[in-house]
Amino acid sequence: MTPTLSGAPAPLLRRIMLQGKYEAVTMLRNGEQLILAVVLPLLALVGLTVTPLLDGMGDTRINVAVPGILALCAMSTAFTGQGISTGFDRRYGVLRFLSTTPLGRTGLIAGKILAVLAVLALQVLVVTAVALTLGWHPDASGWIPGLGLLVLGAAAFTALGLLVAGTVRPEATLAITNLLWILLGALGGIVIPAQRLPQLAQDTVHLLPSGSLGEGMRDAFLHGAVNGNAVLILLLWLALAGAAAIRWFKWN
Amino acid sequence: MRSPKSPVLAINGLIKDVGPLPTLDGRMLRVVSDVSLIAGRGEVTALLGANGAGKTTTIECAQGLQKRSGGTISLLGQDPGNAGADLRSRVGVMLQEGGLPPSARPLPLLRHIAGMYRNPMPLDDLVQRLGIDAFSRTTVRRLSGGQKQRLALAAALIGNPEVLFLDEPSAGLDPQSRQLVFGLISELRDSGMGIILTTHLMDDAQRLADYVYIIDAGRNVAEGTVAQLLQHRTPETTHKGHVRTLHFEALPGLDFTGVLPAEVEIVETRAGSYSATGALTPDDLAALTAWWAEHGVMPGSMSMEARSLEDVFLDISGRDVR
Repeated sequence: MTPTLSGAPAPLLRRIMLQGKYEAVTMLRNGEQLILAVVLPLLALVGLTVTPLLDGMGDTRINVAVPGILALCAMSTAFTGQGISTGFDRRYGVLRFLSTTPLGRTGLIAGKILAVLAVLALQVLVVTAVALTLGWHPDASGWIPGLGLLVLGAAAFTALGLLVAGTVRPEATLAITNLLWILLGALGGIVIPAQRLPQLAQDTVHLLPSGSLGEGMRDAFLHGAVNGNAVLILLLWLALAGAAAIRWFKWN
Repeated sequence: MRSPKSPVLAINGLIKDVGPLPTLDGRMLRVVSDVSLIAGRGEVTALLGANGAGKTTTIECAQGLQKRSGGTISLLGQDPGNAGADLRSRVGVMLQEGGLPPSARPLPLLRHIAGMYRNPMPLDDLVQRLGIDAFSRTTVRRLSGGQKQRLALAAALIGNPEVLFLDEPSAGLDPQSRQLVFGLISELRDSGMGIILTTHLMDDAQRLADYVYIIDAGRNVAEGTVAQLLQHRTPETTHKGHVRTLHFEALPGLDFTGVLPAEVEIVETRAGSYSATGALTPDDLAALTAWWAEHGVMPGSMSMEARSLEDVFLDISGRDVR
């Protein structure tokens, strides 16, 4: 037990990759997170294809439903999932301990973003596979703008999740992020287009990250179009939540 | 302040304000007002103080976990306030709350942390040495206090640090774990590591520390080797040296008036239990035993208690419960 070599950090990229992998595996091993990330979105997908809720919004129910379900996946993982796990890591001092290792605070946040993207990629694969068997026909030119928008949405939701996790107690984070997931999922314009919502919601949801992501995803996969407004609003949410998280996030 | 041959940490006039606090009408609270210390390579330096004295705040400023409000800190020659990965890789930290994720399993967790370093310690040695192999697959939330503490120590050591910070290392340790952990700390010290620990337990400081800083109400109030601190003179004992207490049991109701010098206080604490406290000398003992012989008193038991670090600590920082 004699220290022989002096300490040196592993390369930055390796540290971030390791943390991303560790957090992604932790997320996937967590039963509740898995339900939120995969099971509930798939149930919602089936629900939207067997009910007439989306009739008249596009050529088939499933073509209208899938883009919103992908957006819902991003909200599950980036906002609720990452928010809850970060909140509890903060409570147990995990964030503080890891920030004393060569990983550091920046590496820790980079690792978290990487984990969100890795889990989101798996969600997209699973949802796409299920949707294709259910008869989904996406506009082929929608993939590039769609996936790009999904990453932007995930970034905005991660910033929001970290903002909540870093400012209130973990129990409150749990309540807030789960409640918002349900509210935004049902009424936030993410899976159900604004036109099908009450008048009051119609006027506001396109300003929400949920509404703009859902709308933008549908424009991409239904029409192969880039929704500039949605991009702009998501960028705004990312900037605001990111700045607020940097300003108010408490590590202990 | 002393000057160790090879300092690893030097803190000068540290100030830390927290707040603004609603309980103080929005004013700031000064939790550390003036702490200075130096810790050397190959030494255990202890920060000793009551809960809330400012020990943890002090070392967290040194680790870069908290931003200081004033003073200077040099950790391995660098300012920990803007430490990069290079500095962090040379410093091991064991937090008071452990900082381990409850859902993690010890072995994968240690392997993960080891990956952050270029030259980590061999995992198997560390795991075996700290007895972690016995619970390597149990989730952290199911571990006992002592097991968690050993795992947190392993996590702090895995990067092979030159400087090791331990915040209350003996908290939650059973006697066996304590033996194990203290043995390892001494060994690491002998191999050249600079170890800085905080503790509110005198026994820890007495057993481990090469040099002790006593912290009270956010400032250092005394410092020295354990031996030096034990010689700390309080007003009552200035000219005669060490205060000791002699405990003995004999017949109840004995009157020792005039047997021992006036500075030695002798009281019957319970019926038949006596204690004589003061700067006892061999002559005092001879006088006492002569008196016993003269009166045919044979004590049932007797013991001598040297002044402990706890007495020194209480003399310095006051005996009020805070």
